[in-house]
Amino acid sequence: MKWHNVKYLVLRRLVQIGLLVLYFMGNWYGWKVLQGDLSTSMIFGKIPLSDPFAVLQIFATGAVVATNALIGALIVVLFYGIIGGRAFCSWVCPVNLVTDLAAWLRRKLLIDRIERKVWISRNIRYYMIVLALIVSALVGLAAFEVVSPITILNRGIVFGMGAGMGLIVAIFLFDLFVVKNGWCGHVCPLGGVHSIIGRYSLIRVRHNSDNCTLCMKCKTVCPEVEVLGMIGKRSEFVSRGECTNCGRCVDVCDDDALGFELRNFLETNTGGKE
Amino acid sequence: MDDKKAKKTPISPRRRFFTDLAYTAGLGVMGGLLWAGYAEKAKSSPLTLRPPAALDEPDFLKTCIKCGLCSEACYNRPSNIDRDTGKPRPRTLKMAKAQDDVTIGTPFFIPREVPCYMCDDIPCVTACPTGALDVAKVTNPKTGELDYTMMDMGIAVVDDNSCIAFWGLQCDACYRACPLMDKALRLEYAKNERTGKHAFLKPVVDMNACTGCGLCEKACVTEKPAIFVLPREVALGKPGAHYVKGWDKKDQQRVKERVGKDVTTHDKRSAKNPMDYLNKGVEY
Repeated sequence: MKWHNVKYLVLRRLVQIGLLVLYFMGNWYGWKVLQGDLSTSMIFGKIPLSDPFAVLQIFATGAVVATNALIGALIVVLFYGIIGGRAFCSWVCPVNLVTDLAAWLRRKLLIDRIERKVWISRNIRYYMIVLALIVSALVGLAAFEVVSPITILNRGIVFGMGAGMGLIVAIFLFDLFVVKNGWCGHVCPLGGVHSIIGRYSLIRVRHNSDNCTLCMKCKTVCPEVEVLGMIGKRSEFVSRGECTNCGRCVDVCDDDALGFELRNFLETNTGGKE
Repeated sequence: MDDKKAKKTPISPRRRFFTDLAYTAGLGVMGGLLWAGYAEKAKSSPLTLRPPAALDEPDFLKTCIKCGLCSEACYNRPSNIDRDTGKPRPRTLKMAKAQDDVTIGTPFFIPREVPCYMCDDIPCVTACPTGALDVAKVTNPKTGELDYTMMDMGIAVVDDNSCIAFWGLQCDACYRACPLMDKALRLEYAKNERTGKHAFLKPVVDMNACTGCGLCEKACVTEKPAIFVLPREVALGKPGAHYVKGWDKKDQQRVKERVGKDVTTHDKRSAKNPMDYLNKGVEY
C-alpha cells in the first residue's frame, strides 16, 4: 500500500479521532482545548462553535438562543461555507467512522455485487431537514437532536455511551445490508445542511480528464457517486455541495486525474472530450 | 419488451406531478407523525431535576442544545481532582443517556448520588451557551451579582412517616447538611407526648428559601431518603388567584391591582340596572 493511496484517509482518521480525544480529555481531564460536544464546543474556553442545524431547530421551536451559540453557529457556517465545503461529514463527524466501516465491509463481503433491492432517493436528507423543523415547531423540542446518531455517538464517547449504542449499531446494519451509504449519503439531514452550506466552498476536488484512464476506482469508493459525473468526460471541479471533500477519490486515483485545488469560479469546462 | 411498455398507458406529466406530490406528502406525514410521537414522549420527564437557573421545563427543553458544557464546568466534575482523596469528583450534572428517564442529552442531577453544592460563582450557569440556564435567574437585581440562594432546582419534601425525627429519635442530619440552615430547613420543637419528657426535633422546609440542592437528601440516614427533592411544579400546589389572604397587605394589593386587568366581572348584563335582572324568572 502506497502512501499516496491512503494519504487523505489517514489524515481524516487522525482528525476525526483527534477531535474525539480532545473532547474526551476536555470532559474527563479538564483540557481546555476543546470542550463540550459537536452541538456546541468551546475552543480554549473562549471561541464558541455551534451546530447550525441544532440552532435552527431551536429557532423552529420558537425559542431564542444566547449570543454564544449564535456566534458559534456563524463561525461554523462561515468556515465550511467559504473554505471547507461539506468536510464536516468526512473529517469531523464520528458516524462517518461507522458508515465508512460498513461501506468498506460491503465491498469486502461483495454485498455491493448482490443485486440491490432497496432504492431510496438521495434527496431524503433535504426532506428530513424540513420535517425536522416542522416537528421541532410542533413538539417544542429540537427534533433531530433527540434522534441524531451524530450527537448520540459523539456525546456517548465524551460522556458515556449507554443504550444509545443500539442506534449506532442500527445505522451500521442499515448501511451494511440495506442501502449503500444509506445514512450519510441519503438520510442524514445534517449532511443535507452541510451540503447546502458548503455548496460554494473554495476547497474542491478537481478532475483532469486528460489523465483519466477510466478505471472507475474513484466511483467505487465515493460515498456520493453522483458528484463524480464528469469523470473521464470533462476537466472540471466537483461542484456539487454533496461532495464531502473526503479525498478518497484523490487517494485511489493512480493517474493523477483528481486532486484538491482552490476553486476557480471563472473556469468553465476545459479540455472536454465530449 | 419495448412492445409491452408501449402498450401501457403513459402517465401524463401532470398526473405524474400530482402522484409524486401525494407520495412525498404521504411519506412526509407518516414520518412526521412517527417522529413527533417519539419526540413528544421523549420530552416528558416530569421528575427530572435540572441544573440551577434552568428555564421552565418546556422552555428549557426548547433551548438546551445538549452540549454538556454545564456538566464540564460544574465543580463536581471528574476533571476536578478531590485533594483529600486524590480521586476524581463524582459528577453532579449527568448528561441523559438513552436509557435514563430524561430527555436524551439534557443535563440533570440525582441528589441522593451527587447533590448540587451551590457554588458562589455558579460555573454551570455561566458556561451555558444558549441561555437554557439563565444567568438572570440567579442574579440579584439590586447588586447585579450572582446569588446562589436564588437557585430553584426543586424543593425538599419530608415524608414524616419515615422520617425518624418524627418518631422522636434524635436526628438532625438534613438540618445540619442544609447550606441555608434555619432559612430553607429549620427544626420545629414539639413535645413528645408518648414519653412525656422528650422533644421532637422535626425538620420543616421553607418553600420560599429551599433551592432544591439536595444536600439534605444526600445526608438523610434512612434506607430510602425520608427527605427528598422534587421539581417545584411537581411538589407544590397552587391555590388559584381568587383566594386572597385578607390579613396580608401584599395580597390585598394584588386584588386591587387585578381589578380591570385580567380579571373582570363585567359581562353583558352589567350595563343594565340590577333591578332589571335580579330575581328575573323567579317564581314566588
